[in-house]
Amino acid sequence: MADTGLRSPFIPNTTEDRAAMLAAVGAKSVEELFADIPAEHRHPHLALPEALDEMALRREMEALAARNLAPGASASFLGAGVYHHFCPAAVAPLVTRGEFLTSYTPYQPEVSQGTLQGSYEFQTLTAQLFGMEVSNAGMYDGASALAEAALMACRITGHARVAVTGTVNPRYVETVRAYSAPQGIEVYTVDASAPALEPETAALLAQYPNYLGVIEDAQTQSDAAHAAGALFCLSADPVAQALFKPAGDFGADIATGEGQALGVPPSYGGPYVGIFTCKREHIRQLPGRIVGRTTDAQGRTGYVLTLQPREQHIRRQHATSNICTSTALVGLWATIYMALMGKQGLRRVAELCYQKAHYAAARIGELPGYFLPVEGTFFQEFVVSCPAAPERVNRTLEASGIVGGMDVSDRVPHGMLVCVNETHTKADIDLLVDALKGVF
Amino acid sequence: MDLPADRRYSKEHEWALHQPDGTVLVGITEFAQHELGDVVYVELPKAGAQVAQFKQMGEVESVKAVSELYSPLSGEVVEVNTTLKDSPELVNESPYAKGWLVRVKPANPAELDALMDAAAYASLTA
Repeated sequence: MADTGLRSPFIPNTTEDRAAMLAAVGAKSVEELFADIPAEHRHPHLALPEALDEMALRREMEALAARNLAPGASASFLGAGVYHHFCPAAVAPLVTRGEFLTSYTPYQPEVSQGTLQGSYEFQTLTAQLFGMEVSNAGMYDGASALAEAALMACRITGHARVAVTGTVNPRYVETVRAYSAPQGIEVYTVDASAPALEPETAALLAQYPNYLGVIEDAQTQSDAAHAAGALFCLSADPVAQALFKPAGDFGADIATGEGQALGVPPSYGGPYVGIFTCKREHIRQLPGRIVGRTTDAQGRTGYVLTLQPREQHIRRQHATSNICTSTALVGLWATIYMALMGKQGLRRVAELCYQKAHYAAARIGELPGYFLPVEGTFFQEFVVSCPAAPERVNRTLEASGIVGGMDVSDRVPHGMLVCVNETHTKADIDLLVDALKGVF
Repeated sequence: MDLPADRRYSKEHEWALHQPDGTVLVGITEFAQHELGDVVYVELPKAGAQVAQFKQMGEVESVKAVSELYSPLSGEVVEVNTTLKDSPELVNESPYAKGWLVRVKPANPAELDALMDAAAYASLTA
């Protein structure tokens, strides 16, 4: 074979290119360049089977995928922050249109009017759903949105301390801590029903419904935050917002949420989309981007990025936030879902979640050996105290093709967080009840 | 470019003007407003806040950039130009008069001597 100078079909450098680069860094050969890596690790022998042809590979992958207990295809009662809701068939074909699916935000974003309009509608719908004045075009996910809320509250108040209730999703708290620590922001925990805030606290962070599914008294939390001169930041389930009092009604200064619940399929590791809303007076401290609607010189409607000078590509280290991308495609999914469901449709979804979850809770609560240890109004999730370790109960359920709830035995003895929503049929719920009965 | 001789200037393009009551008015220069372009928002310290010479005291946002505002002197902010909240364009239209930013009670009036006079500032921005 003639030497084209190309060493690998995946690396476009020629032999001359490589020689020039090696000369520039002062190495004689590629081997010398990587001398720091022990020789036995440089070209390890990988025990890989023979390559498969496309048909065989497809069969292999499908067989692997068939081993999953996928929500929708099987009865899954797992929630704890990620929720499988029914999604109308029209959403996927619209979102996966090439104009949306393959485009990345160009450096002159106004070229992509369709993409910008999608974000604008996302902002409008999420702001309405949360009862808030302003929304941005989306964050990475619900956890990072809450963490950004904490940072924003510190910028607004000039304080470097935030309180978080003990009932916020522990993975969200972990994210809040990860964002706060490098900036010297202290995070401390307070009681959710009677939050006692320390002086010079920037914000009280709470969750609605809380991690264990309970609707807390957000008004008391909001009042406690404001009385202490802190902002009230509420992380809320967007579907629950259609049924219960929205975040804005409690006087929340910042309200965030996980947009995945708006019809986006659960997926390990995402991508999801964070909802971020706030009071208008704080708009200049809002992280991420905002799309505004305006008219051009000829009076035609156009969409433009607004308040851009505060973003990273212009303001560098002084930018409001270091978020430098958004999951706009997932945001578009949530937007089309909300548009198709409509105000009444989304409320109906929330009502079904509530009713089915309460039917399931009542049935499970009657089972010998099981009880519901957590008091309070709940939406679609509730804690069940099991007669055995939840891990063991879940293995038994799995044998019946059921994905059980989240193991929360670190918080509630033998506690399992069960999620029941509009996607579950009565047969699904009865199947769960019968399988649980079999455990005891 | 318009450069009143009655006040002192900092290299961060702020001016400081002694008032008969002993306070000092602070604003940004004609050069600064011209470089920024149309000002859309000014974020200022609250009355009662302490500011330090050459330290950040706020931000000015134009259609193309957000820039830090540095106080040309140390002291206590006794008054803030609240008309800028609804009319930030005054910073462009009248940087030396109606577009003033804050009124400061100086902690050390001698600090102003460290600033430039109009001629020195003119050569800086020439």
